[in-house]
Amino acid sequence: MVDKSVVKVSVRNLKKSYGSLEVLKDISTDIYKGEVLCIIGPSGSGKSTFLRCLNRLETVTGGEVIVNGQNIVSKGTNINKVRENIGMVFQHFNLFNNLNILDNLTLAPIELKKCSRDEAVQRAKKMLAKVGLEDKAASYPSQLSGGQKQRVAIARALCMEPEIMLFDEPTSALDPEMVGEVLQVMKDLAADGMTMAIVTHEMGFAREVADRVIFMDAGYIVEEGTPQEVLVNPKEERTIDFLNKVL
Amino acid sequence: MIKIITVYGGMLLAALGRTLLLALLGLFFACIIGMIFGIMGVIKNRACNIISQIFVDIIRGVPMIVLAFFVYFGVPYLFNTIIGGFSISLSALQAGTICLALNCGAYMAEIIRAGIQSVDIGQMEAARSLGLTYSMSMRKVVLPQAIRTMIPTFINQFIITLKDTSILSVIGFPELVNTAKNVQANTFMSFQTWAIVGIMYLIVITILSRSAKVVERRLNIGR
Repeated sequence: MVDKSVVKVSVRNLKKSYGSLEVLKDISTDIYKGEVLCIIGPSGSGKSTFLRCLNRLETVTGGEVIVNGQNIVSKGTNINKVRENIGMVFQHFNLFNNLNILDNLTLAPIELKKCSRDEAVQRAKKMLAKVGLEDKAASYPSQLSGGQKQRVAIARALCMEPEIMLFDEPTSALDPEMVGEVLQVMKDLAADGMTMAIVTHEMGFAREVADRVIFMDAGYIVEEGTPQEVLVNPKEERTIDFLNKVL
Repeated sequence: MIKIITVYGGMLLAALGRTLLLALLGLFFACIIGMIFGIMGVIKNRACNIISQIFVDIIRGVPMIVLAFFVYFGVPYLFNTIIGGFSISLSALQAGTICLALNCGAYMAEIIRAGIQSVDIGQMEAARSLGLTYSMSMRKVVLPQAIRTMIPTFINQFIITLKDTSILSVIGFPELVNTAKNVQANTFMSFQTWAIVGIMYLIVITILSRSAKVVERRLNIGR
Protein backbone atom coordinates (compact mmCIF):
# COMPACT_ATOMS: atom_id res chain seq x y z
CA MET A 1 0.00 0.00 0.00
CA VAL A 2 2.90 2.38 0.68
CA ASP A 3 3.71 4.50 -2.33
CA LYS A 4 7.36 5.44 -1.77
CA SER A 5 7.31 7.82 -4.72
CA VAL A 6 4.99 10.29 -3.00
CA VAL A 7 6.05 12.00 0.23
CA LYS A 8 2.98 13.29 2.05
CA VAL A 9 4.68 14.77 5.07
CA SER A 10 8.32 15.64 5.32
CA VAL A 11 9.74 16.66 8.68
CA ARG A 12 13.17 18.30 8.69
CA ASN A 13 15.14 19.02 11.88
CA LEU A 14 11.95 19.77 13.81
CA LYS A 15 12.46 21.45 17.16
CA LYS A 16 9.92 22.48 19.75
CA SER A 17 10.49 24.13 23.12
CA TYR A 18 8.23 25.43 25.83
CA GLY A 19 10.36 28.18 27.34
CA SER A 20 13.58 26.49 28.40
CA LEU A 21 12.09 23.00 28.17
CA GLU A 22 13.06 21.39 24.89
CA VAL A 23 10.46 18.76 24.00
CA LEU A 24 11.49 17.93 20.44
CA LYS A 25 15.22 18.13 19.82
CA ASP A 26 15.88 17.21 16.24
CA ILE A 27 13.26 15.17 14.42
CA SER A 28 13.52 14.28 10.76
CA THR A 29 11.37 11.74 8.95
CA ASP A 30 9.15 11.32 5.92
CA ILE A 31 5.66 9.91 5.75
CA TYR A 32 4.77 8.37 2.41
CA LYS A 33 1.42 8.14 0.69
CA GLY A 34 -0.63 5.27 2.09
CA GLU A 35 1.81 4.63 4.89
CA VAL A 36 0.68 3.76 8.40
CA LEU A 37 3.20 5.16 10.85
CA CYS A 38 2.98 4.28 14.52
CA ILE A 39 4.83 6.40 17.05
CA ILE A 40 5.57 4.77 20.38
CA GLY A 41 7.56 5.78 23.42
CA PRO A 42 7.34 6.60 27.11
CA SER A 43 5.16 9.49 28.29
CA GLY A 44 6.91 12.82 28.06
CA SER A 45 9.02 11.61 25.12
CA GLY A 46 7.42 14.19 22.82
CA LYS A 47 5.35 11.88 20.62
CA SER A 48 2.08 13.81 21.02
CA THR A 49 3.87 17.12 20.55
CA PHE A 50 5.45 15.73 17.40
CA LEU A 51 2.05 14.74 16.03
CA ARG A 52 0.55 18.13 16.91
CA CYS A 53 3.36 19.87 15.05
CA LEU A 54 2.23 18.14 11.84
CA ASN A 55 -0.91 20.31 11.65
CA ARG A 56 0.58 23.19 13.61
CA LEU A 57 -1.63 22.81 16.66
CA GLU A 58 1.74 23.43 18.30
CA THR A 59 3.83 26.35 17.13
CA VAL A 60 7.08 24.94 15.85
CA THR A 61 10.28 26.45 17.26
CA GLY A 62 12.67 25.29 14.55
CA GLY A 63 12.96 23.17 11.42
CA GLU A 64 10.44 22.48 8.71
CA VAL A 65 7.22 20.52 8.31
CA ILE A 66 6.32 20.09 4.66
CA VAL A 67 2.84 18.77 3.89
CA ASN A 68 2.10 18.01 0.22
CA GLY A 69 5.09 20.12 -0.76
CA GLN A 70 4.01 23.13 1.32
CA ASN A 71 6.07 24.28 4.28
CA ILE A 72 3.41 24.77 6.94
CA VAL A 73 5.84 26.34 9.41
CA SER A 74 6.32 29.51 7.36
CA LYS A 75 4.13 32.43 8.33
CA GLY A 76 2.61 32.95 4.89
CA THR A 77 0.94 29.54 4.86
CA ASN A 78 -2.84 29.53 5.26
CA ILE A 79 -2.85 26.88 7.97
CA ASN A 80 -6.63 26.50 7.86
CA LYS A 81 -6.47 25.34 4.25
CA VAL A 82 -3.73 22.85 5.16
CA ARG A 83 -5.73 21.52 8.08
CA GLU A 84 -8.73 20.80 5.86
CA ASN A 85 -6.55 18.12 4.37
CA ILE A 86 -5.30 16.64 7.66
CA GLY A 87 -7.81 14.91 9.91
CA MET A 88 -7.04 14.61 13.60
CA VAL A 89 -8.40 12.31 16.28
CA PHE A 90 -7.76 13.16 19.92
CA GLN A 91 -7.32 11.10 23.05
CA HIS A 92 -10.34 12.72 24.66
CA PHE A 93 -12.51 12.64 21.51
CA ASN A 94 -13.32 16.37 21.68
CA LEU A 95 -16.70 15.99 20.05
CA PHE A 96 -18.57 19.31 20.05
CA ASN A 97 -20.80 18.92 23.09
CA ASN A 98 -23.28 21.55 21.96
CA LEU A 99 -24.06 19.80 18.67
CA ASN A 100 -25.67 16.48 17.89
CA ILE A 101 -23.68 13.81 16.06
CA LEU A 102 -24.86 14.78 12.58
CA ASP A 103 -24.04 18.45 13.19
CA ASN A 104 -20.66 17.44 14.59
CA LEU A 105 -19.94 15.81 11.25
CA THR A 106 -21.39 18.49 8.98
CA LEU A 107 -20.24 21.64 10.78
CA ALA A 108 -16.84 21.98 9.14
CA PRO A 109 -17.82 20.90 5.59
CA ILE A 110 -20.73 23.37 5.59
CA GLU A 111 -18.92 26.26 7.30
CA LEU A 112 -15.94 25.90 5.00
CA LYS A 113 -18.24 25.60 2.00
CA LYS A 114 -16.71 22.37 0.88
CA CYS A 115 -20.14 21.26 -0.28
CA SER A 116 -23.84 21.97 0.02
CA ARG A 117 -25.79 21.14 3.14
CA ASP A 118 -27.45 18.13 1.46
CA GLU A 119 -24.16 16.72 0.25
CA ALA A 120 -22.62 17.22 3.70
CA VAL A 121 -25.50 15.35 5.33
CA GLN A 122 -25.26 12.55 2.75
CA ARG A 123 -21.56 12.16 3.33
CA ALA A 124 -21.95 12.36 7.10
CA LYS A 125 -24.49 9.53 7.00
CA LYS A 126 -22.17 7.48 4.84
CA MET A 127 -19.29 8.03 7.26
CA LEU A 128 -21.47 7.16 10.25
CA ALA A 129 -22.45 3.94 8.50
CA LYS A 130 -18.79 3.24 7.89
CA VAL A 131 -18.05 3.40 11.62
CA GLY A 132 -21.27 1.50 12.42
CA LEU A 133 -23.18 4.34 14.06
CA GLU A 134 -25.78 5.38 11.49
CA ASP A 135 -28.50 5.18 14.14
CA LYS A 136 -26.81 7.79 16.33
CA ALA A 137 -27.11 10.81 14.02
CA ALA A 138 -29.59 12.60 16.26
CA SER A 139 -27.87 11.74 19.56
CA TYR A 140 -25.69 14.11 21.53
CA PRO A 141 -22.08 13.24 22.46
CA SER A 142 -23.02 12.88 26.14
CA GLN A 143 -25.32 9.99 25.20
CA LEU A 144 -22.57 7.89 23.63
CA SER A 145 -20.02 5.53 25.12
CA GLY A 146 -16.32 6.30 24.83
CA GLY A 147 -15.81 3.91 21.97
CA GLN A 148 -18.77 5.34 20.09
CA LYS A 149 -17.51 8.88 20.65
CA GLN A 150 -14.14 8.00 19.24
CA ARG A 151 -15.68 6.36 16.17
CA VAL A 152 -17.76 9.52 15.65
CA ALA A 153 -14.59 11.59 16.01
CA ILE A 154 -12.97 9.52 13.25
CA ALA A 155 -16.06 9.92 11.06
CA ARG A 156 -16.03 13.68 11.70
CA ALA A 157 -12.45 13.94 10.51
CA LEU A 158 -13.23 11.79 7.44
CA CYS A 159 -16.09 14.08 6.42
CA MET A 160 -13.50 16.65 5.36
CA GLU A 161 -12.08 13.98 3.02
CA PRO A 162 -8.54 14.40 4.31
CA GLU A 163 -5.51 12.80 2.67
CA ILE A 164 -3.73 12.35 5.99
CA MET A 165 -5.08 11.28 9.37
CA LEU A 166 -3.37 11.94 12.70
CA PHE A 167 -4.33 9.91 15.77
CA ASP A 168 -3.21 11.09 19.20
CA GLU A 169 -3.52 8.09 21.55
CA PRO A 170 -7.03 7.35 20.25
CA THR A 171 -7.66 4.42 22.60
CA SER A 172 -5.93 5.61 25.78
CA ALA A 173 -9.06 7.07 27.35
CA LEU A 174 -11.25 4.07 26.54
CA ASP A 175 -12.47 1.20 28.67
CA PRO A 176 -10.62 -1.96 27.61
CA GLU A 177 -13.66 -3.59 25.99
CA MET A 178 -14.12 -0.56 23.71
CA VAL A 179 -10.58 -0.43 22.39
CA GLY A 180 -11.26 -3.15 19.81
CA GLU A 181 -14.10 -1.36 18.00
CA VAL A 182 -11.99 1.79 17.53
CA LEU A 183 -8.93 -0.14 16.37
CA GLN A 184 -11.12 -2.00 13.88
CA VAL A 185 -12.25 1.29 12.32
CA MET A 186 -8.62 2.34 12.09
CA LYS A 187 -7.65 -0.97 10.49
CA ASP A 188 -10.38 -0.51 7.87
CA LEU A 189 -9.08 2.95 7.19
CA ALA A 190 -5.54 1.64 6.77
CA ALA A 191 -6.81 -1.03 4.41
CA ASP A 192 -8.44 1.72 2.32
CA GLY A 193 -5.00 3.21 1.80
CA MET A 194 -5.23 6.24 4.12
CA THR A 195 -1.96 7.87 5.12
CA MET A 196 -1.93 7.69 8.90
CA ALA A 197 0.31 8.79 11.77
CA ILE A 198 -0.70 7.19 15.05
CA VAL A 199 0.64 7.84 18.52
CA THR A 200 -0.29 4.71 20.42
CA HIS A 201 0.40 2.38 23.30
CA GLU A 202 -1.29 -0.53 21.51
CA MET A 203 1.76 -2.59 20.61
CA GLY A 204 -0.34 -5.40 19.15
CA PHE A 205 -2.08 -2.97 16.83
CA ALA A 206 1.22 -1.36 15.84
CA ARG A 207 2.72 -4.75 15.01
CA GLU A 208 -0.28 -5.79 12.96
CA VAL A 209 -1.14 -2.60 11.08
CA ALA A 210 1.91 -0.33 10.96
CA ASP A 211 4.17 -0.14 7.93
CA ARG A 212 6.75 1.62 10.05
CA VAL A 213 7.25 2.19 13.75
CA ILE A 214 9.10 5.09 15.35
CA PHE A 215 10.33 4.81 18.93
CA MET A 216 10.80 8.20 20.54
CA ASP A 217 12.50 9.09 23.79
CA ALA A 218 13.44 12.46 25.32
CA GLY A 219 12.67 14.41 22.17
CA TYR A 220 14.61 12.23 19.73
CA ILE A 221 13.73 9.43 17.34
CA VAL A 222 15.73 6.63 18.94
CA GLU A 223 14.84 3.88 16.52
CA GLU A 224 12.68 3.45 13.46
CA GLY A 225 11.87 0.64 11.09
CA THR A 226 9.32 -2.04 10.31
CA PRO A 227 7.29 -3.39 13.24
CA GLN A 228 9.44 -6.51 13.01
CA GLU A 229 12.65 -4.48 13.37
CA VAL A 230 11.53 -2.14 16.14
CA LEU A 231 9.05 -4.20 18.15
CA VAL A 232 10.41 -7.71 17.75
CA ASN A 233 14.14 -7.24 17.29
CA PRO A 234 14.96 -3.82 18.69
CA LYS A 235 18.61 -2.83 18.59
CA GLU A 236 18.71 0.18 20.90
CA GLU A 237 18.91 -0.43 24.62
CA ARG A 238 16.27 2.21 25.41
CA THR A 239 13.82 0.57 23.02
CA ILE A 240 14.44 -2.85 24.56
CA ASP A 241 14.02 -1.38 28.02
CA PHE A 242 10.73 0.34 27.10
CA LEU A 243 9.29 -2.71 25.38
CA ASN A 244 10.14 -4.89 28.36
CA LYS A 245 8.12 -2.58 30.56
CA VAL A 246 5.01 -2.37 28.36
CA LEU A 247 4.76 -5.85 26.91
CA MET B 1 -50.78 50.39 54.75
CA ILE B 2 -54.03 50.50 52.78
CA LYS B 3 -53.75 54.26 52.61
CA ILE B 4 -50.29 54.10 51.15
CA ILE B 5 -51.40 51.62 48.53
CA THR B 6 -54.52 53.54 47.55
CA VAL B 7 -52.96 57.02 47.62
CA TYR B 8 -49.38 56.33 46.57
CA GLY B 9 -49.69 52.98 44.81
CA GLY B 10 -49.74 54.48 41.33
CA MET B 11 -46.73 56.62 42.11
CA LEU B 12 -44.76 53.68 43.43
CA LEU B 13 -45.67 51.54 40.44
CA ALA B 14 -44.52 54.29 38.09
CA ALA B 15 -41.28 54.47 40.07
CA LEU B 16 -40.89 50.71 39.74
CA GLY B 17 -41.34 51.17 36.00
CA ARG B 18 -38.50 53.70 35.96
CA THR B 19 -36.38 51.33 38.04
CA LEU B 20 -36.93 48.60 35.45
CA LEU B 21 -36.25 51.01 32.59
CA LEU B 22 -32.97 52.06 34.17
CA ALA B 23 -32.00 48.45 34.87
CA LEU B 24 -32.82 47.36 31.31
CA LEU B 25 -30.93 50.23 29.72
CA GLY B 26 -27.98 49.57 32.03
CA LEU B 27 -28.02 45.85 31.32
CA PHE B 28 -28.29 46.35 27.56
CA PHE B 29 -25.14 48.46 27.42
CA ALA B 30 -23.48 46.30 30.07
CA CYS B 31 -23.92 43.28 27.78
CA ILE B 32 -22.17 45.11 24.95
CA ILE B 33 -19.37 46.33 27.21
CA GLY B 34 -19.05 42.92 28.85
CA MET B 35 -18.89 41.14 25.49
CA ILE B 36 -16.20 43.48 24.16
CA PHE B 37 -13.98 43.39 27.25
CA GLY B 38 -14.68 39.71 27.94
CA ILE B 39 -13.53 38.69 24.47
CA MET B 40 -10.59 41.08 24.71
CA GLY B 41 -9.66 39.16 27.83
CA VAL B 42 -9.39 35.78 26.08
CA ILE B 43 -7.98 36.47 22.62
CA LYS B 44 -4.29 35.89 22.05
CA ASN B 45 -3.21 39.51 22.22
CA ARG B 46 -1.27 40.85 25.19
CA ALA B 47 -2.41 44.46 24.70
CA CYS B 48 -6.10 43.51 24.59
CA ASN B 49 -5.73 41.26 27.65
CA ILE B 50 -4.12 44.09 29.62
CA ILE B 51 -6.68 46.73 28.58
CA SER B 52 -9.50 44.38 29.56
CA GLN B 53 -7.90 43.62 32.91
CA ILE B 54 -7.28 47.29 33.71
CA PHE B 55 -10.89 48.19 32.92
CA VAL B 56 -12.22 45.42 35.13
CA ASP B 57 -9.83 46.26 37.97
CA ILE B 58 -10.73 49.96 37.96
CA ILE B 59 -14.48 49.46 37.90
CA ARG B 60 -14.39 46.67 40.46
CA GLY B 61 -12.17 48.72 42.71
CA VAL B 62 -14.51 51.73 42.89
CA PRO B 63 -17.81 51.60 44.81
CA MET B 64 -20.79 52.30 42.56
CA ILE B 65 -21.93 55.26 44.63
CA VAL B 66 -18.57 56.94 43.97
CA LEU B 67 -18.85 56.07 40.29
CA ALA B 68 -22.34 57.60 40.25
CA PHE B 69 -21.17 60.90 41.80
CA PHE B 70 -18.16 60.90 39.50
CA VAL B 71 -20.20 60.43 36.33
CA TYR B 72 -23.05 62.74 37.31
CA PHE B 73 -21.12 65.60 38.94
CA GLY B 74 -17.43 64.97 38.30
CA VAL B 75 -17.33 64.48 34.55
CA PRO B 76 -19.45 67.55 33.63
CA TYR B 77 -17.38 69.60 36.10
CA LEU B 78 -14.19 68.40 34.45
CA PHE B 79 -15.34 69.53 31.00
CA ASN B 80 -17.29 72.64 31.94
CA THR B 81 -15.08 74.13 34.64
CA ILE B 82 -11.62 72.53 34.75
CA ILE B 83 -11.09 72.31 30.99
CA GLY B 84 -13.71 74.93 30.27
CA GLY B 85 -15.60 75.82 27.13
CA PHE B 86 -18.09 72.97 27.33
CA SER B 87 -21.58 72.94 28.71
CA ILE B 88 -22.18 69.30 29.31
CA SER B 89 -24.95 68.18 31.55
CA LEU B 90 -26.14 64.64 31.99
CA SER B 91 -29.66 63.76 33.03
CA ALA B 92 -29.93 61.47 36.01
CA LEU B 93 -31.16 58.72 33.68
CA GLN B 94 -28.18 59.12 31.34
CA ALA B 95 -25.68 59.20 34.19
CA GLY B 96 -27.42 56.28 35.88
CA THR B 97 -27.35 54.21 32.70
CA ILE B 98 -23.65 54.92 32.15
CA CYS B 99 -22.94 53.99 35.73
CA LEU B 100 -24.83 50.71 35.64
CA ALA B 101 -23.44 49.84 32.22
CA LEU B 102 -19.84 50.36 33.36
CA ASN B 103 -20.29 48.65 36.70
CA CYS B 104 -22.28 45.67 35.47
CA GLY B 105 -20.22 45.55 32.24
CA ALA B 106 -17.03 44.95 34.19
CA TYR B 107 -18.55 42.03 36.05
CA MET B 108 -20.05 40.67 32.82
CA ALA B 109 -16.64 40.86 31.18
CA GLU B 110 -15.27 38.66 33.95
CA ILE B 111 -18.19 36.23 33.65
CA ILE B 112 -17.73 35.99 29.88
CA ARG B 113 -13.96 35.59 30.14
CA ALA B 114 -14.26 32.89 32.79
CA GLY B 115 -17.08 31.20 30.85
CA ILE B 116 -15.05 30.98 27.66
CA GLN B 117 -12.01 29.73 29.53
CA SER B 118 -14.08 27.08 31.28
CA VAL B 119 -14.73 25.35 27.94
CA ASP B 120 -12.23 22.53 27.46
CA ILE B 121 -9.37 23.64 25.22
CA GLY B 122 -9.87 20.41 23.26
CA GLN B 123 -13.10 21.82 21.79
CA MET B 124 -11.20 24.68 20.18
CA GLU B 125 -8.39 22.37 19.07
CA ALA B 126 -10.79 19.93 17.45
CA ALA B 127 -12.54 22.73 15.59
CA ARG B 128 -9.25 24.23 14.44
CA SER B 129 -7.95 20.79 13.39
CA LEU B 130 -10.83 20.57 10.91
CA GLY B 131 -9.71 23.80 9.28
CA LEU B 132 -12.22 26.16 10.93
CA THR B 133 -10.88 29.62 11.70
CA TYR B 134 -10.52 30.95 15.23
CA SER B 135 -13.65 33.08 14.97
CA MET B 136 -15.75 30.30 13.37
CA SER B 137 -14.65 27.91 16.14
CA MET B 138 -15.46 30.52 18.75
CA ARG B 139 -18.93 31.25 17.31
CA LYS B 140 -20.03 27.72 16.51
CA VAL B 141 -18.38 25.62 19.19
CA VAL B 142 -16.89 27.49 22.15
CA LEU B 143 -19.34 30.37 22.74
CA PRO B 144 -22.52 28.24 22.67
CA GLN B 145 -21.02 26.04 25.37
CA ALA B 146 -19.61 28.98 27.33
CA ILE B 147 -22.95 30.78 27.34
CA ARG B 148 -24.61 27.74 28.87
CA THR B 149 -22.26 27.80 31.82
CA MET B 150 -22.54 31.58 32.08
CA ILE B 151 -26.33 31.73 32.37
CA PRO B 152 -26.69 31.17 36.14
CA THR B 153 -24.00 33.77 36.85
CA PHE B 154 -25.58 36.13 34.32
CA ILE B 155 -28.93 35.91 36.06
CA ASN B 156 -27.23 36.58 39.36
CA GLN B 157 -25.61 39.65 37.86
CA PHE B 158 -28.93 40.85 36.39
CA ILE B 159 -30.50 40.66 39.83
CA ILE B 160 -27.60 42.50 41.44
CA THR B 161 -27.86 45.20 38.79
CA LEU B 162 -31.59 45.55 39.29
CA LYS B 163 -31.00 46.06 43.00
CA ASP B 164 -28.07 48.40 42.35
CA THR B 165 -30.45 50.87 40.68
CA SER B 166 -31.43 51.84 44.22
CA ILE B 167 -27.96 53.31 44.72
CA LEU B 168 -28.73 55.75 41.92
CA SER B 169 -31.30 57.43 44.13
CA VAL B 170 -28.31 59.46 45.34
CA ILE B 171 -28.08 61.34 42.05
CA GLY B 172 -31.79 62.09 42.17
CA PHE B 173 -33.17 59.64 39.65
CA PRO B 174 -36.80 59.06 40.71
CA GLU B 175 -36.57 55.29 40.88
CA LEU B 176 -38.32 53.20 43.51
CA VAL B 177 -36.20 54.01 46.58
CA ASN B 178 -36.09 57.71 45.84
CA THR B 179 -39.85 57.83 45.38
CA ALA B 180 -40.42 55.79 48.50
CA LYS B 181 -38.40 58.32 50.49
CA ASN B 182 -40.88 60.99 49.43
CA VAL B 183 -43.83 58.77 50.30
CA GLN B 184 -42.36 58.14 53.71
CA ALA B 185 -41.67 61.84 54.24
CA ASN B 186 -45.29 62.65 53.42
CA THR B 187 -46.91 59.90 55.46
CA PHE B 188 -44.40 59.29 58.28
CA MET B 189 -45.27 55.59 57.91
CA SER B 190 -41.76 54.19 57.66
CA PHE B 191 -42.58 50.58 58.39
CA GLN B 192 -45.43 50.34 55.90
CA THR B 193 -43.64 52.24 53.13
CA TRP B 194 -40.43 50.24 53.22
CA ALA B 195 -42.31 46.97 53.65
CA ILE B 196 -44.26 47.70 50.47
CA VAL B 197 -41.11 48.71 48.58
CA GLY B 198 -39.31 45.58 49.80
CA ILE B 199 -42.19 43.40 48.62
CA MET B 200 -42.24 45.13 45.23
CA TYR B 201 -38.54 44.36 44.67
CA LEU B 202 -39.04 40.84 45.96
CA ILE B 203 -41.88 40.13 43.51
CA VAL B 204 -40.02 41.45 40.47
CA ILE B 205 -36.80 39.63 41.32
CA THR B 206 -38.60 36.38 42.09
CA ILE B 207 -40.37 36.49 38.73
CA LEU B 208 -37.05 37.23 37.05
CA SER B 209 -35.16 34.38 38.68
CA ARG B 210 -38.00 31.86 38.16
CA SER B 211 -38.30 32.61 34.46
CA ALA B 212 -34.53 32.50 34.17
CA LYS B 213 -34.59 28.98 35.60
CA VAL B 214 -36.98 27.94 32.84
CA VAL B 215 -34.66 29.37 30.17
CA GLU B 216 -31.72 27.61 31.80
CA ARG B 217 -33.51 24.25 31.71
CA ARG B 218 -34.47 24.71 28.05
CA LEU B 219 -30.87 25.39 27.11
CA ASN B 220 -29.63 22.30 28.85
CA ILE B 221 -30.58 19.84 26.13
CA GLY B 222 -27.70 17.69 25.00
CA ARG B 223 -25.76 18.00 28.20
